[in-house]
Amino acid sequence: MKNIDAYTHVRGESIYLDDIPLIQGSLFGASFGSPVAHGVITNLDLRDAITHPGVVRIFTHKDIPGENQIGGIVPDEPLLAGHEVHFCGMPVAFVVADSMEAARAAVKKIKLTIDPLPVITDPREAQAQGELIIPPRTFQLGDTASSWSQCAHIFEGRADTNGQEHLYIETQGAYAVPQEHNAIKVYSSTQGPTAVQRAVSRVLGLPMHLVEVEVNRLGGGFGGKEDQANTWAALCALAAHHLKKPVKYSLHRMEDMAMTGKRHPYSADFKIGLNEALKIIAYEVTFYQNAGAAADLSPAVLERTLFHCTNSYYIPNVKATAYSCRTHLPPNTAFRGFGGPQGMFMIESAIAKAAEELGINAAIIQEKNLLQTGDEFPYGQKAQSEAPECWHKAKTLYDLDAMLQQVQAFNATNTLYKKGLACMPICFGISFTKTLMNQARSLVHVYMDGSVGITTGAVEMGQGVNTKIAQVAAQVFSIQPEKIKIHTTNTFKIANTSPSAASATADLNGKATMLACTAIADRLKKMAAEELGVDVRLVALQNEYVYVNGQRTDRDWKSLVMAGHIKRIGLSEHAHYATPEIYFDATKEKGHPFAYHVYGTAFVSITVDCIRGIYTVDAVKVVHDFGASMNIAVDMGQLEGGIVQGIGWMTMEEVVYDTNGKLRSNALSTYKVPDIYAVPKEIAVEFLQTPHENLAIFRSKAVGEPPLMYGIGAYFALRNAIRAYNENGHFPFAAPMTPERVLMALYPTQKKGITESHEETINHLAVDK
Amino acid sequence: MLPLIKFILNNKDIATKLPPGMVLLDFVRYHQHLTGTKVGCNEGDCGACTLLVGELKNNEMQYRSLTSCLTPLGNVHGKHVVTIEGLNMEGLNPIQQAMYDESATQCGFCTPGFVVSLAGFCLSGKNASTQNAIAAIDGNICRCTGYKSIERAAAKVAALMQARSSTEPIVFVTENNILPAWFATIKQRLYFLSTELNGQLQPTTAKEWVGGGTDVYVQKHDVMKDASIRFLFDEGGLKGITQQGNRCIIGASATVTDLCESPILQLHFPRLADHMKLVSSTPIRNIATVGGNLINASPIGDLTIFLLALDATLVFRHGEQQREIPLRQLYKGYKTLDKDPKEQLVTISFDLPGAFTLFNFEKVSKRTNLDIASVNTAICLTMADDRIQWARIAAGGVAPIPKLLEQTSAFLGGQVITETTIQEAIAIAQTEISPISDARGTADYKRLLLGQLMKAHFLELFAKAAH
Ligand SMILES: Cc1cc2nc3c(=O)[nH]c(=O)nc-3n(C[C@H](O)[C@H](O)[C@H](O)COP(=O)(O)OP(=O)(O)OC[C@H]3O[C@@H](n4cnc5c(N)ncnc54)[C@H](O)[C@@H]3O)c2cc1C
Ligand code: FES
Ligand code: FES
Repeated sequence: MKNIDAYTHVRGESIYLDDIPLIQGSLFGASFGSPVAHGVITNLDLRDAITHPGVVRIFTHKDIPGENQIGGIVPDEPLLAGHEVHFCGMPVAFVVADSMEAARAAVKKIKLTIDPLPVITDPREAQAQGELIIPPRTFQLGDTASSWSQCAHIFEGRADTNGQEHLYIETQGAYAVPQEHNAIKVYSSTQGPTAVQRAVSRVLGLPMHLVEVEVNRLGGGFGGKEDQANTWAALCALAAHHLKKPVKYSLHRMEDMAMTGKRHPYSADFKIGLNEALKIIAYEVTFYQNAGAAADLSPAVLERTLFHCTNSYYIPNVKATAYSCRTHLPPNTAFRGFGGPQGMFMIESAIAKAAEELGINAAIIQEKNLLQTGDEFPYGQKAQSEAPECWHKAKTLYDLDAMLQQVQAFNATNTLYKKGLACMPICFGISFTKTLMNQARSLVHVYMDGSVGITTGAVEMGQGVNTKIAQVAAQVFSIQPEKIKIHTTNTFKIANTSPSAASATADLNGKATMLACTAIADRLKKMAAEELGVDVRLVALQNEYVYVNGQRTDRDWKSLVMAGHIKRIGLSEHAHYATPEIYFDATKEKGHPFAYHVYGTAFVSITVDCIRGIYTVDAVKVVHDFGASMNIAVDMGQLEGGIVQGIGWMTMEEVVYDTNGKLRSNALSTYKVPDIYAVPKEIAVEFLQTPHENLAIFRSKAVGEPPLMYGIGAYFALRNAIRAYNENGHFPFAAPMTPERVLMALYPTQKKGITESHEETINHLAVDK
Repeated sequence: MLPLIKFILNNKDIATKLPPGMVLLDFVRYHQHLTGTKVGCNEGDCGACTLLVGELKNNEMQYRSLTSCLTPLGNVHGKHVVTIEGLNMEGLNPIQQAMYDESATQCGFCTPGFVVSLAGFCLSGKNASTQNAIAAIDGNICRCTGYKSIERAAAKVAALMQARSSTEPIVFVTENNILPAWFATIKQRLYFLSTELNGQLQPTTAKEWVGGGTDVYVQKHDVMKDASIRFLFDEGGLKGITQQGNRCIIGASATVTDLCESPILQLHFPRLADHMKLVSSTPIRNIATVGGNLINASPIGDLTIFLLALDATLVFRHGEQQREIPLRQLYKGYKTLDKDPKEQLVTISFDLPGAFTLFNFEKVSKRTNLDIASVNTAICLTMADDRIQWARIAAGGVAPIPKLLEQTSAFLGGQVITETTIQEAIAIAQTEISPISDARGTADYKRLLLGQLMKAHFLELFAKAAH
């Protein structure tokens, strides 16, 4: 089944936030963000701005009737800066005018005087100064300290990953419409309607039942709209609440890029020990997460970094410590993979380091250490592992040995171009690591004409969750998907929702929908059984008919429903689902946090132009564990899209802040995401349908995040290609591997074999625009 | 008083007194409430706002895609503007069907832009190859799909056009139900419209001059709406690429696409298509003018570097007065020109490369396509046997101005090409440049990169030829 939105998408008829027809009298907002990363506000001069034609009112923190607070996990983030600013772009004032142009023009007339305070952009520096968001956390398995003596090889090193801009093509935005009884309705481009509802409720001092948040769909989210949609919704709601007029704010791209957080940059120190047989015996890693100026989701992201610090490998002795470091960047936030990719990059760097020092291919180490079923993760859960299966299937299917030989042969005969190949196995845990979030509700109405309307807590942002939910209902009722409409996500219909995140949305909301549909179907079947005088166990719904004992009756779906209505059978159901079995004890850092894991292996091959330092990704060949995919088209889309996004993160996507904390890669002209010519020439995907029972909806494993991590292979493939040119090339484990980094690594003349491109990057000065 | 702007929007006649400096995107979305066209970046870099614009050329309809976020209303006066709504028919059109069948849409936000660009391919008269269909969407960014499904859809769209042969594209697409039947009426309607208008829009006094707008509308988007503008894009005297003797004369308003499609340039620059593929994207090339590239004085303008190596001469006009100046003398400092603000660039001319002249262009950017250069460079060598007689090498991104490397060029004159000469040339070039660190690279990188690209010039021109 195709994505149920595809028809209106290709016709340009799908409605996003900025497409909602405006109510007469609607006003437009624009926020004024701090031009300085850290300092004390001494004066905010609004005089010129307020007299700008069309301006209705300018809001500051003083206008907040409730609490000036939008922090979700930790209450450390004011909506509007009052006394101090903590990052460039931190909202200080919100201008409302009768046109978008007037609001934006007035913002430019606001004058802010700030006494600057020292700015920290480097997480290690923040950690050294004790600037931590939460106390450090440590995951431990076995005992590393006593294991080093068993190791024949020990390597230490440092690895760094940069941030990543979400670059959803639809920018953030909200539209708030005041309602009677002081209630407010907020249309928001958010992955977390309940988070928006809570933020608005807190800021306005209104109970949650007065705050209706509605989401039709998102033009992309990728985590960026999980927590960070709150600000714009709260600002619009604040203004609408005061002015009693609808207020809309759809961010300009440059506002969006400057004011919102990104994937967390991480820096890490690692130490890895292997025995003679190349089994990894011990691994120690310390992560420095660049959280930005406020907690946002950083503590949860940090936790997932720890969960995935050994990727797809079994390591008997692990000690992983993570610091969430407060810097003066916009609060970094969720991004597809949620800390997992950073954890994986570090272990892969450690393995690559070992392989490079030992003069062997990293694949040898990778293969020898793959997780087996029953192996214990550092957090105590035992693996139901598909890792060896994926690896070996990929190895034979794509003939890894031949691929490696081809690379070698190519490199032996070419001087101007070099190829590199890397293997990237992945293992990703599915569930919110915060156990309480693993719950969902679904509201299913069967109308008397047989059509079905469904509302869940899931937000559709392109991942196809609504399609999967429609499939669930279609299957349970055994009716045509055309009879089913998935309605907007709305906090007045479904309460206390978890955000659409953690790849778990289809599982949670799909299961709730299955429960709701099953309850209604059961009632209808019972009625039909009574009507036909047969045992209910013999009754089935099939192809829009009632079947008894495998025989079709003349009771069709439509008349069945109508009969049910006449008999006063409940044709609606609100069902609740909570993932069983999972728990986690954060005091011990042990438990069973994941419903299941997703596995896979990718081979990534790249060609580097050694004169120019540019490169092309030749192929990404994957064997991916889908469980039993319920929608191959949707899942394939997630695979391909995730891979390309992961490659982008590892190659051309370079978030550049200067040392003053100002974003320099602040537009699409300076922050580059893959275009159609930048994608791998070939992406081959083999669907590994794994047989084991799991907690996924219809056993179809979650697929939103895991594929992104195949992209990490691009970094290591590039590394291998560069080393094929420059055998003794030592260059830092630092992503992204931009053409600049590649060229500097190919020709490391200046600094005796070592290029410190990380430092150089931080020193970027200005943008030519 | 504001002029009356007239054009056809999809199937509807428009006559508006809205400011001619307003961008087409705002007009379509917020005044016509056609919300299928999306806003993604407001600066030409995402393609979500892509529209098609058709005009009559030699009695045939010529359609090109453009980014409506950078296109002023004044530039579509007298033309046919097509949005996604204008492509909708009963059910899905075959382009949409291909996107649908290949699951080439996820969140859908980029999708109308892709469909419009692909429709532009169908209307373009280009060969029906997958490669050309993909080239048509090189300005569209999708963050969800990873493009593979879109490539598959593009291949299907290319297949749709395979049976066209010499039929005029607009006739073919309407007869084959690829686009709505009313497209067939546009030609005549435009004909009437253009005779009725007859160059009505030109104001006599204007502070701002706009070519394609791809630079001005990025630099000062907000002030342009209400600015008094002279639109140069369609000014008759500024169009066209002609040859006089061995001189090529380019009108200041010729677009990058015009360059790519010029038979004169194709003949003299065999690798023109490869070089121009590195310049922005299809919808930007369709509107970006040569004049705009030179006058905006960006130190990394691709055409500027190209033309510097060709030692182009410019003709400026101010009222009745004309002045000629070599391009190499135009740039005085960062974005300062030896030019009176009232002087209008009319033509650019240069000697076409002869049998013994070799030309190459190199550009490296963070993303190979649709990106501004970290460093770009062009070289023009006149050879006498295996000795360089004359050399001109220009480089961008390495100085406050687009730089003609005069000493390096002088050094190369008279040399035989060896590894050592190239190394020496690179060393001299290093003394002529003064790159700064910015979001496109550190100064050290740009120095290294220029040297590498100089090697690349010689490899392209000599080593590869020798193979
Ligand atoms: C997304 C994007 C990608 C880009 N990529 C590239 C790239 O890869 N390489 C590159 O070189 N550039 C690139 N550019 C920059 C720009 O497109 C080019 O420089 C283009 O050639 C400018 O032409 P224009 O007609 O659009 O200029 P306009 O914006 O119309 O004008 C630019 C300036 O020139 C003046 N001007 C124009 N014509 C005349 C004239 N005849 N006489 C006097 N003054 C005149 C205008 O008044 C204005 O000051 C890109 C721009 C965008 C938005
Ligand atoms: S809005 Fe991005 S190109 Fe116009
Ligand atoms: S489908 Fe979401 S950006 Fe292309």
